[in-house]
Parts: sequence; structure tokens; C-alpha cells
Amino acid sequence: MKKILILTLIAAFMISMLFLGTSCKEEEVAEEEVAEEEEVVAEPVTVTFWHIQTVEEQAALWEELANEYMAANPNVTIDITGYENENFKAKMTTVMQGGDPPDLFQSWGGGTMNEYAEAGMLKDITSFLEKDSWKDTFAIGALNAFSYQGKYYGVPRDLGMVGFWYNTELFADAGIDNPPTTWEELLEDCQTLKDAGITPIAVGEGDKWPGAFYWEYLATRIGGEDAFNAAYAREGSFADEPFIEAGEKLAELVAIEPFQAGFLAALWEADASVTFANRDAAMILQGQWGAAQFASVDTIGGIDDVLGWFPFPMVEGGAGNPGDAVGGGNGWNVGKDAPDAAVDFLKYISSVDSQIAQAELGMALPVVKGSEVGIQSDMLKLVAEGTANAEYFQLYYDQFLPAAVGSVINDSVQGIFAGTLTPEEVAHAIEDSVAQELD
Amino acid sequence: MNANIAKNNISRMSLVKNKFEKLKSRSTVLLFLLPAIVLFSIFLIYPIFRSVYYSLFDWKGFGPAVDFVGLGNFIRILTDEVFLKALVNGLIIVVFSLIIQLPLALMLALMVGRKLRGRGFFRTVFFMPYILSEVITAIMWILIFNADPKRGFLNAIITLIPGVKAQSWLGNTSLVLPAILVVLTWKYFGFHMLLYMAGLQNIPVETEEAAVIDGANRYQTITHVTIPLLAGTIRTSAYLSVLGSLQVFALVWIMTKGGPVNASELMSTYMYRFSFIRFELGYGSAVAIVMLLISLTISLLYRRFLVQPDYLG
Repeated sequence: MKKILILTLIAAFMISMLFLGTSCKEEEVAEEEVAEEEEVVAEPVTVTFWHIQTVEEQAALWEELANEYMAANPNVTIDITGYENENFKAKMTTVMQGGDPPDLFQSWGGGTMNEYAEAGMLKDITSFLEKDSWKDTFAIGALNAFSYQGKYYGVPRDLGMVGFWYNTELFADAGIDNPPTTWEELLEDCQTLKDAGITPIAVGEGDKWPGAFYWEYLATRIGGEDAFNAAYAREGSFADEPFIEAGEKLAELVAIEPFQAGFLAALWEADASVTFANRDAAMILQGQWGAAQFASVDTIGGIDDVLGWFPFPMVEGGAGNPGDAVGGGNGWNVGKDAPDAAVDFLKYISSVDSQIAQAELGMALPVVKGSEVGIQSDMLKLVAEGTANAEYFQLYYDQFLPAAVGSVINDSVQGIFAGTLTPEEVAHAIEDSVAQELD
Repeated sequence: MNANIAKNNISRMSLVKNKFEKLKSRSTVLLFLLPAIVLFSIFLIYPIFRSVYYSLFDWKGFGPAVDFVGLGNFIRILTDEVFLKALVNGLIIVVFSLIIQLPLALMLALMVGRKLRGRGFFRTVFFMPYILSEVITAIMWILIFNADPKRGFLNAIITLIPGVKAQSWLGNTSLVLPAILVVLTWKYFGFHMLLYMAGLQNIPVETEEAAVIDGANRYQTITHVTIPLLAGTIRTSAYLSVLGSLQVFALVWIMTKGGPVNASELMSTYMYRFSFIRFELGYGSAVAIVMLLISLTISLLYRRFLVQPDYLG
């Protein structure tokens, strides 16, 4: 009995080895064929291209554009890799430390990009942008998020502002006719909603950045452009009055306990957006990607029909303008060793048509002039208008400032949500980190 | 005379031969160890020295480290409240693993290690959590711990009891550490149970039988015969549990990222945050060195003052 078993195993092993041998051969042959094909064409170039679109149709758009480009330029091979957001960030740290960035990759501009540029990991594409006035096709505010010390290291494809998404039905149930325009009104509405048995706000504070939006917006409303610029230029400080007051105002909101149960551990994608989309909370402060996310996690259906949007309320006596916006977006960076074909391909995917397609798929509020027509929902048109008309556009602090400061902001603002840190402590923690990084 | 010389020669020859043999066998041993030594040096020894070097710099991880700060990073670590909190949390996990996980594992091993109907089934069930990857375990427990009774299994169960409210297990600064302890216990008790079961196999049945004949009851047999005979295994298991607890990372990072507001911060999550989120790799390296020293100290103290674990003989 045992012998038979052993014999069978040996036989199975040998047969599998046989297959292994043949399959290896096949691969070799295939490789040779490819090599022969490439030899025919002059100067083959490979462009590595990393994006973070995980939704199938969105990733397919990049595939489609790459195939079109490769068909028109047979010597170019576009090597596409799609990563999940957090995996992408982890992967970037290793390739950047290894000094081997991909040719074209997802970027949010700002502080992280500046650190890459400082380390010489990015290619200066200013001359390409100036040629044939490519530069002029972009909304200039969006493009400037990709410049560092007067040089461009990439281009944007998406820019939008953070604002309150709200559930019009739940507002009506609580008897609120108009969305709040001042911070006091927001606090009152939260109380009204609570009294009506409705959770006023969903927040994914486990991720930390959704809560930091509140603090950053309050600082922008209270201190305006001047307070931030002074603190950033190190003429003022992030422990100045407006930044402490931002924390105090946020603490007022936290004191009402307007958030869903377990908000301190909740994640934006897995929890908070689900809570909001399934009508379990009336408001959520999020960026332009909100609408698409709600639709994808809505199990009841029809969230778009009850969705409303209003800008972050004004703070009485604040120095900021009601039109000032906090936000940011997505774009591309070009790696230091990228061939010219990479920039040419970048230009190709930044066309009006490509931008319209991106807008139609809900993956961008487009930044190339003339592509606004692609925006589908009325709500997103509101966001786009707010973005375009912002007198002062503040990039998210955690993107604009160095990565270390961004993390300190996100971590310490969570302390206000948890009631473990005072507004003064938060402002000083941030100032200490800024002083260490920028002074 | 001649015979004597011949004898001497022979013995000298055999001595030389012996020496040669010894050298040969030693070089053979060395040869076999070489791959391990090379890998060990490249992936463990070298990185440790590299970390020591980087820990003296304010370094972001890009390009060469130039901003020398001496022991500045270490001073900052030891005066940082969050690090001290992480250290305390780590010790809490060590202590509770020892006083909850190990007795539980021992108890179950005593139950399923002996004659018990369906013990194979129980053994498999108890050992299963240990086989799961940490990532899967973490995600599964995130779902179980969900604060919303409509979505979270645990809350759905406890809210069936009248008067009991849903709890935000991972979102409450005072509940998060106990919640993580539950998961750690759930995941690792099976491993320790297996160790004890192996230990139980080595205890001859006769000793316990003798105790029974001498009039010991079940409880007395266990406390006076079985457990003392298991002492070696218990020491090994405690040793592994302490070192394992100090190294917990993936589970906590995925479940809470050390939050909310550092309530479940561990030295490992603290190190990861500074190294790979804040990109203060110099500081992160210093944290890693401190962690290494702490683990090493505990390990050496354990071996010095408590008896050596079993596998060291």
C-alpha cells in the first residue's frame, strides 16, 4: 500500500517536472520573439507609469490611453502599474530611498513633492511646459501646486475643495430649511439634528486627516491667508492666536458630541462614508471624491437624490473670506531618469479629451481648460465653481507642509476630537514640528 | 627498543592525524555554517550597525545623512511622553499575556492533551487562530469590533442584553488596549497550548499514577506533579511570550495605527510612524536601537535570573 503511494508520488513528481521543463521552454521562445520584434524598431523606450486608480473603469482609462499612445509611437512601451493608495505610498518610500523613482507617477504636489525635488529625485519639466504653450492649457492655480522654487516637476489632473456633503432629507426631517452659513449656525443645526434623534456628523477620525480638515478650515476662516503665510514664512507662528482659536472652535463642536459612535476609530472609506451614504448621519466634511465614494458604498440606493453640498461655514469676526477654500487634488510627477517620451506621454494623458473622460468617470475635477463640460453631477459643478472662484486656495496642510509636520497636525488634532489635548497644546505641537522642519 | 620507536611513531602519527581530522571536521562545520553566517550578517548584523550610524543623524531617508546630532535623538526619545506611553503599553501587553494567555493555554492543554472525547477537534479549533495571518486576523476583528450594532458582531450580541449599550471598542481610549489584548490572546494561546501539549507528552503516566495511588486527588496531581514537571516548557513558553509581546506590530498597526490618540501605541508602531510616515528615519533608527536594547536586556535578564529555557539545555 505504502509502496504504491510512494510510486504514485514519484510518478506525479516526474510528470510535473516534465511540464515544468516544457513550460520554461515556451517562455524562452516567447521572450526571443519579443526581442526580435523590438530589434526591428529603432531606439526602444520604456516608460514606467504608476497610478492609484483601483476602480476598474478608471484604471481601464489609463490602459486605453497607453495603448493608443503605444500604437502611435511603436518604439515606446508604457509599463503600467496600478497601486492601492496606501500601498503606493509605502512603495514610494522604498523606491525613493533606493534612488530609483518610476518615470511617471501619482503625486499630490506640495511638501512631499518638494522633499523629492530637494533630494534630486524628480525631473524638471519647465522647458517642456513652456514649449508650444502647454503650460497655458492648465488652470494656473492648480499647476502651481506642482512647482517648487520656480521649477515644475509635474502637472495636475484634478483639483477640488473640501466642503460639507449633507443629506437633504435628514435636514428636512429635523426641520432645517437652509444649510448653515456660520459656525454658530452649524453648532445650532447639530443640536437640532441631535434633538431629532439624527447623528449630525460622520467623521473618519481613525484616518486622522478627515478631522484635520476641520482644524485647517477653521484656521483658514479665522486667520485667513495672512496668518498662514506669516507662520509658513516664519514671520509668525502656528501657535499664534488664529491657530489656537481654530482648536477652541473645534472643541466647541466636539463638546456637542455630534459624531457617530466609534468615530475615533472609524476610517473614511470603510466606515464614515458608509455611515453617511446609508443615511445614518446628516453631514460629512470631505473633498471632491466624496460623491463617487458615497455612490459606491450606498446599499439603500439613490444617495445622489438626497445629496447636498455647502461650503465650510464662516466664523464670525474671522479674517478669511467666505470664498477661501481648503483643498487639493491629484496629478503626476516625473521621475529623475524619465526619458522625453515620458513627458510626451504625460502631455498625451493631460489632453482636454482625457480630462473630459476623467471627469465623466468621476475621478477628477478637471484642471485643463475646456474640460469642465465633463463634470456630471450638479453637486460636483458646485464644488468645481467654488474651487475655480476661490480668492485664496489653501492646499491641505498635510500635503503643503513637510510630511513630518503633516503627520503631527493629523495626530495632534485627533487629540481635540478625543478631548485629550487642549487647543494650545495642539498649536504648540504643530509649531514645534514646523520650527524643526522649516527654521 | 625498535618496537618502542615504532610505537611512538605510530602514536605521533595518529596524533597528527587526529589534529588533521579535527581541523577537517571543523572546517566542514564552518563550511556548512557559511551560508547562514553570510545571510545573517547581510540582513541582520549589517543593518543593525547601519541603524546605529543613522540614529546619530537627523536624516529624512533621501540621500546621504549629513546632519549630525549625536545622541540628540536618544534624548528626544526618552523625554517623549508618547514613547514612554508606548513603553508602558508594551509592558502591559507583556504582563497580561503572561497572566492571561499562558494559564489559559495550560488549562486547555491539560483538557485536550489527555483523554477527552473529540480532543482532536478541539485541538484543531484552538490552534486555528495561530495559523491565520496577522493581517486577516486584524481585519476580521475590526469587523467584529465595529461600533455600530448594525454592522459589528460583538455589539450586535451584547445589545441583545437589555440595558447594555453598544461600545466603541477600538474608538475608546480606555477600551482599545483591552480589546487588543483579547485579540492577541485569541491569536496566540493556541501556540502556547501546543507547546504545553508537547510537554505533557513527555511526562510519564506512571508518575501521575503513583501520585493517584498515594491518594492525591486530580487537583493535587496537577499542581504537585504535572505542573512542576512541565516547568521547563512553561519557562520556554513564557520567554517566547515576552519576546513576542514586545514585537507585536502588524496586528496593532492595522487595527488602530496606535490610536486613538496613542492609546494603543507600542514601541513598534511608534517607530514605524516616525520612520515611514514622518520620514524621520534618523529618529526612527534611534527608536529601533532603543527597542533592540530593551528586548536584549529583558532577554538576558530572563536567562540570567530565571532558569534557562528548556531548549538551551
